[in-house]
Amino acid sequence: MASHGICDRVAIVGMGCTNFVENWGKSLDDLMIDASNEAFSSAGVTANDIDAYWFGTAQSGMSGITLARALQLQNKPVTRVENYCATGSEALRQAAYALASGAYDLCMVVGAEKVKDTGFQGLNAFPIPNDGTARTLTAAAMFSMIVPAYGNKYGVDEETMREVLSHIAVKNHYNGARNSRAQFRKEITRDTVEKAPKMAGTLGVFDCAGVADGSAAAIVCRAEDARKYTDKPIYVKALSFVAGNGSGLTDPTYDYTTFPEIAACAVDAYAQAGVKNARQEVAMAEVHDCFTPTELVLMEDLQFSERGTAWRDVLDGVFDLNGELPVNPDGGLKSFGHPTGASGLRMMFEAFLQLRGEVPEERAISSLTEKRKLALTHNLGGYPGEMVSFVSLLGAELG
Amino acid sequence: MRGIISFGAYLPYRRLDRSQISAFLGQGGGKGTRTVASFDEDTTTMGVEASRYALRKARNLSLDTVVFATASPAYADKTNATALQAALLLPENVVAFDAGASVRSASAALTIGAKNSGNSLVVLSDIRTGLAGSADEAMGGDAAAAIIFGEGDDVIAEYLGGASVAKEFLDRWRLPGEVRSKVWDDKFSELTYGDLGRRAFKNALADCGLSPDNVDVVVVAAPTARIGSSLAGKLGAKKVADDLSATVGATGAAQPGVLLANALETAEPNQVIALVVLADGADVHLFRTTKALASFTPAHSVEAQLSSGAAVTYGRFLSWRNMINIEPPRRPEPARPSGTASARNVEWKFGFVGSRDEQTGDVFLPPVRVSRDGQRTDQMDEVPMADVAGTIATFTVDRMAYSPSPPIIFAVVDFDGGGRLPIELTDTDLEEVAIGKRVEMTFRRLFTADGIHNYFWKGKLIRG
Repeated sequence: MASHGICDRVAIVGMGCTNFVENWGKSLDDLMIDASNEAFSSAGVTANDIDAYWFGTAQSGMSGITLARALQLQNKPVTRVENYCATGSEALRQAAYALASGAYDLCMVVGAEKVKDTGFQGLNAFPIPNDGTARTLTAAAMFSMIVPAYGNKYGVDEETMREVLSHIAVKNHYNGARNSRAQFRKEITRDTVEKAPKMAGTLGVFDCAGVADGSAAAIVCRAEDARKYTDKPIYVKALSFVAGNGSGLTDPTYDYTTFPEIAACAVDAYAQAGVKNARQEVAMAEVHDCFTPTELVLMEDLQFSERGTAWRDVLDGVFDLNGELPVNPDGGLKSFGHPTGASGLRMMFEAFLQLRGEVPEERAISSLTEKRKLALTHNLGGYPGEMVSFVSLLGAELG
Repeated sequence: MRGIISFGAYLPYRRLDRSQISAFLGQGGGKGTRTVASFDEDTTTMGVEASRYALRKARNLSLDTVVFATASPAYADKTNATALQAALLLPENVVAFDAGASVRSASAALTIGAKNSGNSLVVLSDIRTGLAGSADEAMGGDAAAAIIFGEGDDVIAEYLGGASVAKEFLDRWRLPGEVRSKVWDDKFSELTYGDLGRRAFKNALADCGLSPDNVDVVVVAAPTARIGSSLAGKLGAKKVADDLSATVGATGAAQPGVLLANALETAEPNQVIALVVLADGADVHLFRTTKALASFTPAHSVEAQLSSGAAVTYGRFLSWRNMINIEPPRRPEPARPSGTASARNVEWKFGFVGSRDEQTGDVFLPPVRVSRDGQRTDQMDEVPMADVAGTIATFTVDRMAYSPSPPIIFAVVDFDGGGRLPIELTDTDLEEVAIGKRVEMTFRRLFTADGIHNYFWKGKLIRG
C-alpha cells in the first residue's frame, strides 16, 4: 500500500480563528465570515483570489452552499466535508491534495460549527434512521472506559490515575488561560478537577472538553508559490488519515488502552515526513484531548511515550508548556473548546502561530531547536473501538 | 396423554417493600413486598423471559401455537405475540396471537393450550398498579409465566379437564389507556366469586369423575388475596397452595400461570392439582402430575427467584410506572426506531442472532457480511447468542446519556466462545459491577418513541 504524502509541496500562508465560546450572539455565518476575513488578511488575498474552497462542518450546515452563501462567493467550487470531529483537518487534507495535483493554485479551507443552538449539553449527532439497537452512550462514557482498563493493564492504582488525569486538565487550563481566544481562560487546581460533578465513570466535568461555537480558516498554496503571500509560510510535512472499521467494538482482543487507528495513522504520518523518533523531533503537539484519558493514551499512540509509561511522563511534566514536548499549548479541546468542524484547523492555527513565533510570550513554547522543529496536530472522531484519526506534521522550513 | 410438558415463571428482579408506601404517602401500603417490573420491562418482555425459561427445559420442541394473554398489552391494534415469536426465534408458521386484554383471557388461553392439538406455548403476563396509595398499587404484582402444552412421555402434568362459568358483573374495570382500574364493592365481589368458584369447582370435578378429597392441591388465582382465600378453604381440597400475596402480589393475568408453576415445583408425582381462576366468572383446570415431574427441574424456580430480588425505592417505582416524572438529563430523547430497518434486522434486534465467520470462527454482534480481514463476503453462519453468557471486559456509568431511568450502567461484554458487544446492563446496581463478572442476556424495551416500543437486549449480572 502506497502512502507517498506530499511533504514540502504545500504551504499554509494565512490563517484565521474566531474566539471559541458559547457564542449566543453569533450565527454560523458570522463565525465563518469572521474566521475567513482574518485568514484573507493574514495572506493578503481576497475571496476572489481563491480558486477553490473546502468547507468542513460536522452538522451545522449542508453542502458547499452554506459557505458560498455566507461569503457570497462568485461561481467558486466549494466542497462540504464531514468526517466526525476530524472534519476540519480532513477539509485541509483535501485542499492540499487538490493543490499538489495542480488542479488549483490557491485554496481556502474553512471549518465551522454552531453547537450551542441545540439547548442540550455536549455534542449531539443527527439521528440516522436505524433499527434502534445501536448504543446511545455519551462520548464521555465511551472514553471513560479507558481509565480502569489502562490502570489495570499497567498497574497504575486509582489514585495515581486520578492524579495523572487531573494533571492533564490542569495543564490544558493553564495554557488556555494564556490564550485570548480560548473558551475557558481560568487556571484550575487539581482539587477543582477532582471535586467536580461526575459525568461518566470516574470522569467529572473538568475531564471533558469544552463545547463551543467557533470557526477557523486556512489559505493554502503550493510551496513554490508561498513566498508570494507571506515571509513565514508553514509547510505541510505529512497528512495522514485512518478510518477505523469498528473492530474494537466487536473484537474481544481490543483492550481499551490504545487507539489502534491512531497508532497506524501516526506511523504513516511519520513515514511521510521522515520522522525517525517522534519524541525527539516533534517540538509541540496539538492533540485531540476530548477527555483527559484520551490525551493520556494519545501520548503512547503518537509514540511520544513508550507503552505503559505516558502516565509517568505526564506527571513528570514532559508535556507541560515549558516541558520537553509541550502538548496543547493553546489549551486544547479541554480549554479552547470544541466546535467540531473547526477544531482540526484550530490546532493548525496554534502550530502556525507557534512556528512563526506569533504567540504571546507567556504561551510561547521553548522546545524548538535545530533538531526538534516540527509541530504535530492530531484530530480524532468517534469512540474507542470505532474512530477516525488524522495526524499532520508541519514545519517552518523546507527539507 | 395431553398436558403440560414444560413451564417457566418469571418474576422481575425488583421488589417494593409495601411499608415504603405509607411512609411516603401517609396512606396505603401494607406488609410484605410486591414484585416490580423494571422501567425497561413490559408484559411482552416479561413474557419473552418466562418463555425462554420454559423453552430451555423443552429443547428441540417444535411449537405449533403461541397464545399471549395480558390485561396490560404493550400495543393495542398491533399483535404482541409476534414480538415473542421473533424474540424466541420461532418459525413463521407458528400460530401466534394475543388473547384479549383482560385477566379472564389468561384462563381462556390455558384452556386453549390444554385442549388444542400440537405443542402450544401459553404466555401469561401482567403489570399491575393503581393510583399512589391504592390497594391495587400495594397488593398488585408484576410477573409472567409460560406453560407449554403437548403430548407424550414428556408430559409432567396431565390435563384432566375443567369447567367454566362466565358472569357479567362489575367487579373491576378500566377504560383502555387508563393507568388504574376501579372496583365496585369488595364484599360484593367476594360473595359473587365465592358462589361462581364453588359451582365451577363442582362442575369440573364431575367432568373428571373426581371428588374434592381427590384434589391434593387447590390453587386459587383471584383479584385479591381475600377473595381467593375465602373461597380456597371451602373447596375441600387436601391443601391450599400459597397465593404468594405476601411476596409477589396479585399478578392479574400472570397469576394463574405463576401460581400453577409454583404448585408444580412443589408437587409430587401423581397428585391432582386444581387451578381455580376467578375473573369475570370462574374457571377450573384440573391436572394430574406424572412420574416425569420427578426429573423436571425448572430453569429458574419461583422459590429461587423470590430469594434473589433486590429492593426498589417507592420514588423509583412511581417513576417507572409513569406516576411521577423525573427530570431527564439535558440530552436529546432518542428518535423512533425505523420500521423498515427493524424489519430487515428482526433476527438481530429481536432474536439476538449474530454471525460467525465460517473460516476463522470470529463472532460478530451485530451480524456482518464481510470477514474481519475484509477479504471474504457472505461466508458467515447465523449464530443465536441470546442464551450465551459473557464476561465484563470493562464498564462505565453514564450520568448524561438519555435513559428513562438514569444513569445508564454500561459494559463491554465478551461472550463465551467469541463475540463482543458493548451493551447496557439492567437489574444491576453500580456497586455490583466489576471487570470479570458474568453476564447473561435479557430481552428489554429500551425506550418508546412515537408510540414505537424499541425492543432489544441488555445484559444482566448472573448472581449466585
